[in-house]
Amino acid sequence: MTQNYEKLPHDAFTRIPRDTQEAEKISKPSVSFWQDAWRSLKKNKGAIISLILFGLIVLMSFIGPLISPYEPNDQIITHANLPPKVPVIENLGIMDGVGTLGGREVDMYELKNVEQNYWFGTDGLGRDMFSRVWKGTQVSLFIAFVAAAIDMLIGVIYGGISGYFGGRVDDVMQRIVEILTGIPNLVVVILFILIMDPGILAIIIALTITGWTGMSRVVRGQVLKYKNQEFVLAARTLGASDTRIIWKHLMPNVLGVIIINTMFTIPGAIFFEAFLSFIGLGLQAPDASLGTLINDGYKLIQYQPHILLFPAVVLSLIMIAFNLIGDGLRDALDPKMKD
Amino acid sequence: MEKILQVKDLELSFNTYGGEVKAIRGVNFDLYKGETLAIVGESGSGKSVTTKSIMRLLPEESAEFKNGEILFDGRDLTKLSDKEMQKIRGKDISMIFQDPMTSLNPTMPIGRQITEPILKHQKISKDEAKKVAIDLLRLVGMPKPELRMKQYPHQFSGGQRQRIVIAIALACNPQILIADEPTTALDVTIQAQILELMKDLQKKIDTSIIFITHDLGVVANVADRVAVMYGGKIVEIGTVDEIFYNPQHPYTWGLLSSMPSMDAEDAKLYAIPGTPPDLLDPPKGDAFALRSEYALKIDMEQQPPFFKISDTHMAATWLLHPEAPTVEPPEMVIERMKKFPGSRYYEGSAN
Amino acid sequence: MARYIGKRLIYMFITLALIATFTFFLMKILPGSPIASADKLSPEQRAVVEARYGLDQPLPVQYFDYMFGLLQGDLGISINQFKGADVTDVILSRMGPSAQIGFQGMLLGTVLGILFGMVAALRQNTWVDYGSTIVAIIGISIPSFVFASMLQYWLGLKWDLFPVALWKDGFMSSVLPSIALAMFPLATAARFIRTEMIEVLGSDYITLAKAKGASGSEIAFKHAFRNALIPLITVLGPMAVSILTGSLVVEQIFAIPGIGEQFVKSIMVSDFSIIMGTTIFFSVFLIVIILVVDILYGVIDPRIRLSGGKN
Repeated sequence: MTQNYEKLPHDAFTRIPRDTQEAEKISKPSVSFWQDAWRSLKKNKGAIISLILFGLIVLMSFIGPLISPYEPNDQIITHANLPPKVPVIENLGIMDGVGTLGGREVDMYELKNVEQNYWFGTDGLGRDMFSRVWKGTQVSLFIAFVAAAIDMLIGVIYGGISGYFGGRVDDVMQRIVEILTGIPNLVVVILFILIMDPGILAIIIALTITGWTGMSRVVRGQVLKYKNQEFVLAARTLGASDTRIIWKHLMPNVLGVIIINTMFTIPGAIFFEAFLSFIGLGLQAPDASLGTLINDGYKLIQYQPHILLFPAVVLSLIMIAFNLIGDGLRDALDPKMKD
Repeated sequence: MEKILQVKDLELSFNTYGGEVKAIRGVNFDLYKGETLAIVGESGSGKSVTTKSIMRLLPEESAEFKNGEILFDGRDLTKLSDKEMQKIRGKDISMIFQDPMTSLNPTMPIGRQITEPILKHQKISKDEAKKVAIDLLRLVGMPKPELRMKQYPHQFSGGQRQRIVIAIALACNPQILIADEPTTALDVTIQAQILELMKDLQKKIDTSIIFITHDLGVVANVADRVAVMYGGKIVEIGTVDEIFYNPQHPYTWGLLSSMPSMDAEDAKLYAIPGTPPDLLDPPKGDAFALRSEYALKIDMEQQPPFFKISDTHMAATWLLHPEAPTVEPPEMVIERMKKFPGSRYYEGSAN
Repeated sequence: MARYIGKRLIYMFITLALIATFTFFLMKILPGSPIASADKLSPEQRAVVEARYGLDQPLPVQYFDYMFGLLQGDLGISINQFKGADVTDVILSRMGPSAQIGFQGMLLGTVLGILFGMVAALRQNTWVDYGSTIVAIIGISIPSFVFASMLQYWLGLKWDLFPVALWKDGFMSSVLPSIALAMFPLATAARFIRTEMIEVLGSDYITLAKAKGASGSEIAFKHAFRNALIPLITVLGPMAVSILTGSLVVEQIFAIPGIGEQFVKSIMVSDFSIIMGTTIFFSVFLIVIILVVDILYGVIDPRIRLSGGKN
């Protein structure tokens, strides 16, 4: 009220026509759901760093075995049990090829008269840990991704049908799931591994045999939630077919939870693979996965801790990265979803 | 009349990822003893934020007082410490919220929820507090209050829960009761009961009420005075008759025109075109100008000051400036103005 | 509520019967004879051994014998590892250490987890919160066998604070395995409580409690804590699963004479009856835990208590 509005120019009080176009203009630029999700994901430093880290690990799992001069399964017995040695870094006092022998610290490379450097050292059979770790990572990731993809496929179809058609169909399908989920995952996986020849295929089948139930439950819940909402009813009133409703109206809404759930099944599968390998039910020698490498390393923990160290670190990094990416996606896609 | 609360030049912003949201942009009003002041406006107009800032219930990490003061009992509430504020909340100023289904603690018997503020603010024993709580429940019309003290919120209906929330709010005989859309979440029949209860209680305990709502029907029913908010500011304030029968701001006209009316023959509902302003980047001039068909050139340049219409009635619109052209309000508003002595369209007694 | 429990019990029995049946036939179709030394025996000797274990009976008879035995708590007889010993006895004799490290791990994990989660939620976006979040992410991500190996290497071998392995020094022997098992429950509880607390702290009834004049600590402990804690019961099931899964490897790593270690050994020597028995024992354990958890949730949460079970 302190403004001096006496001095206003005379034409200040002429009326201006209302621009209805202008009034209806939405003042904020519209942001699609996915753009918005990507924006909030970008703000999540942990998730972005994890994404980059995971990208690097995947990259290394392919080029790692190639850039190493040794094949993952080549045995050079005279080079057995060498500690890691990396040029440049060795000057820092770590990864300098020094190991303990009879309680004294010795440069194992000098002792064994080895000219080459093994970046991650070698195992008891003189195999290059660097190429073995990355080859193992490749195998572990492959198993996890295939298992997660199968879980997703079965889970989405099963959960989608059960939720969308509801009624009798839903009842029967849910009773089956209830019984399946009642069986502890661990038990099923171990039993299946026992009757099949151990190997990648056996592990994938064992992981997916009950693994899809989690996804189906989530998808069913979402479909049930959305199928009776007004926008779906509206589409139905306008004569949209079931297929159209499922693909055009339900799918985009359910996609978020499918992605989130998959992001959490992958580390689960990686863990189970490593777990099975650790108790001796995983891949058979000479094939290696992160789990079998950890198992081999564990046996020598007292004398050659480096054999355990590298696969354990890579495995842990993958798990941490996936959990952080999953958390970030969950926050970005569905801030309300908790489990 | 005695002023019990004064809000002066209040400005408040939220710091968000997107930037600074200027939620309140200079709000002034006084609350008198024993009156009911209704604050109306659409979602995002700043009405809830204003009252939550009086109670200091906004998240302290993001909400920031930029300017102004809230004077209560000689003290500026914006400057009190948390401890001092805790002594005022629930005792001198209390609040009723919109959704009774979520505003009670689901795992605590309601008796304990009512006695909590009593034990907190008054030096009485638990047994006495229980008696007070039972009396309060009776006061808000809860049958068999003794039996219901040990029950949990889910055992009550929505209307009953709102009665419990009111009982909690009244527990320490507050001087000011803030009701934030207390009937919005309820069925229409229950709404009427709760409104009756509140009017009834106000007579009994002589408290001042700030009543927030977007429902003009409710306003006409309960309020003594009305403040209309738009875009983080009060655009018009006056007695309930002045606002309903002699409105001056185009936004108030729009609100009244969009209210269904019993006596309008050709009941065509009016909708205000456009959307509320983006408070991340508020318009330079009158926030309503873009949506108003009465906009003047100056509305785009400068924010209008308050023009006084009567001792109790003020509106912030350039249309009231002596140099402004005379405009014709919407027909529905003219019909109303015809009934108001002193308005330009007054036709004598409507009866 | 009674109807709900009844229904759940029926499901439990169907599930268990299916698991038992499934396990039984799986073991029968497994390649090789259940008798490890079968190849070295003459046909006559072999017939004698088979007769001793009832393996000469037709399959349906064996099946019903087995199922009938199960109802009486008889899990069969060990053939290879403990010649002729009752599987039930073998499992029971190994329950002590498993139960001890499992219980200690669970207790340690949940208590610390609740503490971490509470502090993180109340001090949101401070270093306490970040620290506890990092611990939780690590706890969820790092597999128990990696963590157990690390504990063994550092605390056992290098610093010599606790026994490296074996079950000889009473409580001290149980410390490292318990910590290894506690990681997952700790991380799960911390994350869960943090999210739950933050949600509760943002709810209308907390705003109302603030409007009543309640102080920060009154709000945290009188109003928020209980509401955040109750749903934690729902993750007790997954936690128990993790303890059990973890026990297989943790017992192996620390050479603890528990059920998990026995189970892995039986897999190595193909003692089918012990594998079957342990499988069924694990299933019963997990299914009962999940049932108890669900019922407990109904009893503790007043919102569910009177409405007769949850959906």
